[in-house]
Amino acid sequence: MSRNLILGTFLSSLVLLAALLSFVWTPYDYAALNIPDKLRPPNAQHWFGTDHFGRDMFSMIMVGARTSIAVALVAVGIGVGFGVPLGLTAAARKGSWWDEVIMRGNDLVFAFPSLVIAILITAVFGAGAINAIIAIGIFNIPVFARITRGAALSLWEREFILAARVSGKGAARISTEHILPNVANLLIVQGTIQFSLGILAEAGLSYVGLGAQPPTPSWGRMLADAQTMVSFAPHLALIPGLAIIVTVLGLNLLGDGLRDWLDPRIRVART
Amino acid sequence: MLRYTLKRLLSLIISLAVASVVIFAVIEVVPGDPASFMLGVNAQPDTLAALRAELGLDVSRVQRYFNWVGGMLTGDFGTSYTYRTPVSQMIADRLWVSLPLALFALTLSTLIAFPSGIYAAARRGKPGDLTVMGATQLGIAVPNFWFAMMLVLIFAINLRWFNAGGFAGWENGLWTGLHSLTLPAIALALPQAAILARVMRSSLLDILGEDFMRTARAKGLSRRQALWRHGVRNALIPVLTIIGLQFSFLLAGSIIIEQVFYLPGLGRLVFQAISARDLIVVESVVMLLVFAVITVNFLVDLAYAAVDPRLRSRT
Amino acid sequence: MSLLQIKNLSLSIHGVPILKQVDLSIAPGQIVAVTGESGSGKSMTALAVMQLLPNGAEASGAIRLHDVDVLNRPEAEMCALRGASIGMVFQEPMTALNPVKTIGDQVMETILIHKAMPPAQARTRAEEVLTRVGLPPDRFPLSRYPHELSGGQRQRVVIAMAIALRPKLLIADEPTTALDVTTQAQILDLLKGLVSEYGMGLLIITHDLAVVADMADRITVMRHGEVVESGATQHLLRHMRHPYTRMLFEASGHQVILPDTVEPRPLLQVAQVVRDYRLPRTGLLGPQRHHRAVDGVSFTLNKGERLGLVGESGCGKSTLTRAILGLEEVQSGEIRLDGQPVFTGHRPNLAVRRKMQVVFQDPYGSFNPRHRVARLVTEPFHLLERPPTGTERQDRIAEMLTAVGLSPDDSNKYIHEFSGGQRQRIAIARALIIRPQLILFDEAVSALDVSVRAQILDLLVDLCATYDLTYLFISHDLSVVRTITDRVLVMQSGRIVEQGETEQVFSDPQHRYTQSLIAAAPQLPEIGQGAA
Repeated sequence: MSRNLILGTFLSSLVLLAALLSFVWTPYDYAALNIPDKLRPPNAQHWFGTDHFGRDMFSMIMVGARTSIAVALVAVGIGVGFGVPLGLTAAARKGSWWDEVIMRGNDLVFAFPSLVIAILITAVFGAGAINAIIAIGIFNIPVFARITRGAALSLWEREFILAARVSGKGAARISTEHILPNVANLLIVQGTIQFSLGILAEAGLSYVGLGAQPPTPSWGRMLADAQTMVSFAPHLALIPGLAIIVTVLGLNLLGDGLRDWLDPRIRVART
Repeated sequence: MLRYTLKRLLSLIISLAVASVVIFAVIEVVPGDPASFMLGVNAQPDTLAALRAELGLDVSRVQRYFNWVGGMLTGDFGTSYTYRTPVSQMIADRLWVSLPLALFALTLSTLIAFPSGIYAAARRGKPGDLTVMGATQLGIAVPNFWFAMMLVLIFAINLRWFNAGGFAGWENGLWTGLHSLTLPAIALALPQAAILARVMRSSLLDILGEDFMRTARAKGLSRRQALWRHGVRNALIPVLTIIGLQFSFLLAGSIIIEQVFYLPGLGRLVFQAISARDLIVVESVVMLLVFAVITVNFLVDLAYAAVDPRLRSRT
Repeated sequence: MSLLQIKNLSLSIHGVPILKQVDLSIAPGQIVAVTGESGSGKSMTALAVMQLLPNGAEASGAIRLHDVDVLNRPEAEMCALRGASIGMVFQEPMTALNPVKTIGDQVMETILIHKAMPPAQARTRAEEVLTRVGLPPDRFPLSRYPHELSGGQRQRVVIAMAIALRPKLLIADEPTTALDVTTQAQILDLLKGLVSEYGMGLLIITHDLAVVADMADRITVMRHGEVVESGATQHLLRHMRHPYTRMLFEASGHQVILPDTVEPRPLLQVAQVVRDYRLPRTGLLGPQRHHRAVDGVSFTLNKGERLGLVGESGCGKSTLTRAILGLEEVQSGEIRLDGQPVFTGHRPNLAVRRKMQVVFQDPYGSFNPRHRVARLVTEPFHLLERPPTGTERQDRIAEMLTAVGLSPDDSNKYIHEFSGGQRQRIAIARALIIRPQLILFDEAVSALDVSVRAQILDLLVDLCATYDLTYLFISHDLSVVRTITDRVLVMQSGRIVEQGETEQVFSDPQHRYTQSLIAAAPQLPEIGQGAA
């Protein structure tokens, strides 16, 4: 196990544990106002200090982790759920009109950054966490479709696929039995990376008001609230920012570590 | 080469057409009539009809779509529902902030990423490489708007080198304009530079393993000469793709960053329009952003051909 | 005095010993061949002379070029030496050239990097050497890019780069392994010509003993990083002292005797088959061009017959193989197996597929790395209406593994636990398990070392006796086809130009192309006259 993998696993599980723990326990009620105690810097009672309503920042960060993880996870799920089958079928019918449609469709979606999708959705349906999920999820679809197709195409050229075809297996069966298991590692690594990008995107959308709406706590909105107070209460901005950085850094290190850890095995198996 | 260019051009036009249909269709889903929204509930039927005619809402959907697209082709983006001014004028004003900001950031990001990526690849596994890689790992994890807030805190509030926000305008000279875009551009560029540097490094490392690099060494080129003369140009091919993709992230990012710095760009315009339900403005700004992304990717495709002779001769 | 002198060279990479006490010397104008099977350390010896070793390599001993100690030279001085005093040619011409630079620039670079002459003169020199290697500028302008040249032409460019400054020593690492026989003969002639013309020393690394015997003044045989035997070519061929050397030569020319065939009746009938591929258009409105990969091919393969199909790369033999297997549909003509068409109504015919199996070239790419041998070997059961299950399945797996010389216990292992030769045995087991009427061997022994190849050929003969095999053996290797088939087809540019009894065709070829193929193939010398 590499240092990346250990550190990445540690940071990611730290955030995940905080999110899970927040369902049953937080130091304070995250929504409880306590105006006399407002804008306290980090101290023994409030580890991360309090915000302008005197709410406990530590509790808010814990609950905010929930929002971030939920949004990013569902968005990755959308990307994998639609993108992987699209990529597999496109590769199985390389050069056909279906392949062409999927690839051009991918290019088209890439022209709509997730923020732009979120703007469109919000303009039509109004703001909310679901918007963020859909916007990030849609943007994830071509990412997974493209990476699956690319890896699958090179596998389709391999002789073990030809052998399976000679054994009478059809494209669907070959895709599930031979292609998918051999691209799984790649998808796990990419999934980790998209997960971290999803956390960043959710924070950005919430910051500009296109993501989770009050009272759902979210790191991005905590930062938006902090903006006018950053000069006299910098911890309001520092702490949610560091929470995002730790999460994203952890996931990226995990992704890199997984890549190094999974890759040599594939290579050993090949040579 | 001509055939390649024309093929790309054709796919550019198709993409734009499909994108415009998608955007138009999404906005059409919105319930309610902009004219009655603008005039309020007590409007007279004949005033309403007149306004509908003025806004071009009294024709069929298909007709409206072609009017919209046709208008955009001639520079007429319609009339804002809330301000009653031409949308094209509103966009043009804001574009002079957003576009320079994105380009400024792209330049910065490339200028930072290329040398650090090449430096790291040339010193693979050594302390220099590890430092660069550690920095980029951190750079990727930092949300740009938070980074922007920290820049404001340090350089505007504490050191007072820059203004905390607002845009001085180009009419006071290029330098003044650039000065007020500097912090936003840095905030946008650094996280993107981290990604680009990593791509540059890994792309170069892939190339370093190629047979022709060994051929170059066998000719008597030193490691460094081989890297510069044979590595960099080949490594550019995947890097160009990322630069193309980054442009769309930079545009999207600039919308968010404009919020941090209170810059009067497209981002501010679009959020005001959303809260005022000024849908024609939203529609046009989104179309413009998509147009920019598709066009940049078209240019990247052409740049490929310039870098890679194999594409050129494939006609 | 010798030009290159290697003494007691030992090399380890990350502590793993690669070379042990290697001795070698080359005189000016001399061709020295280093040969051996994969893992023998022959390429590492060449790279050690160039000092282009992988990271973590540690060498001891001495490598002297004239009076210069190469091993302990600082890197900057090595750069001055490479390209100027030592030139090198590599195995893979398709990837050895930078795809984004013109061939002229790449040849001139050798000259300019050593500041040997001003650019204008360097250009003239580049034109001269390219002409010398057979690429005159009037037909191959300096502005060409590598992708506009064939493999053989690219190898000529690589040679031009290596000899542009007339180095004293030229190292060629498997320079013709990736090339067709006729191209191989031309490149070898070119190298021989250059050696005698410039008085260079040539160190040629090759696994092909026929090439060795044909070219070299001296031979060094290596195994597991050690020199097992070396000597002047004629002397060494007559008096092989080391058993490994003898084994290598015998395995290279390995002959088998095929059992008699059963009563002939037509099994595979290929009639007037045509397969076109679309090519990209040239110019904006150029006509749609086609490449006719297979052009009106007809032949019959009888039951029990062992048929060879030979031809150079691009002749259409792979396309024909895929068409027979039903992997690709043909535009016109018909392929029938046992009377039934391979394709019916644009779909491969399952009843026909059941009667055919294939063994591919690459022992490493032929198996899904995530499955165990039992599952890999039984994949063709998918074709059967009632695939065997339970103990019957186990018995079939065990029988097949035993038949190909493996153990039934191997069925629980993953494929990476096996060597290349063992994998090819597993591939044969997979092909045999449904007892197909026809097996296609698509370059099935081409990637194997000679000793392993000889064992696989013996296995095929055994299987012919046990299972009455009928096969189509596709290969570019004439010597293998000559011994392992009864009849042979010669294919050129999509057509069968000659067919007949194998021995007849090889000893008395009728078509000009067949004659040129056979003439170009380097001959193994008669060996063993003086051997003890």
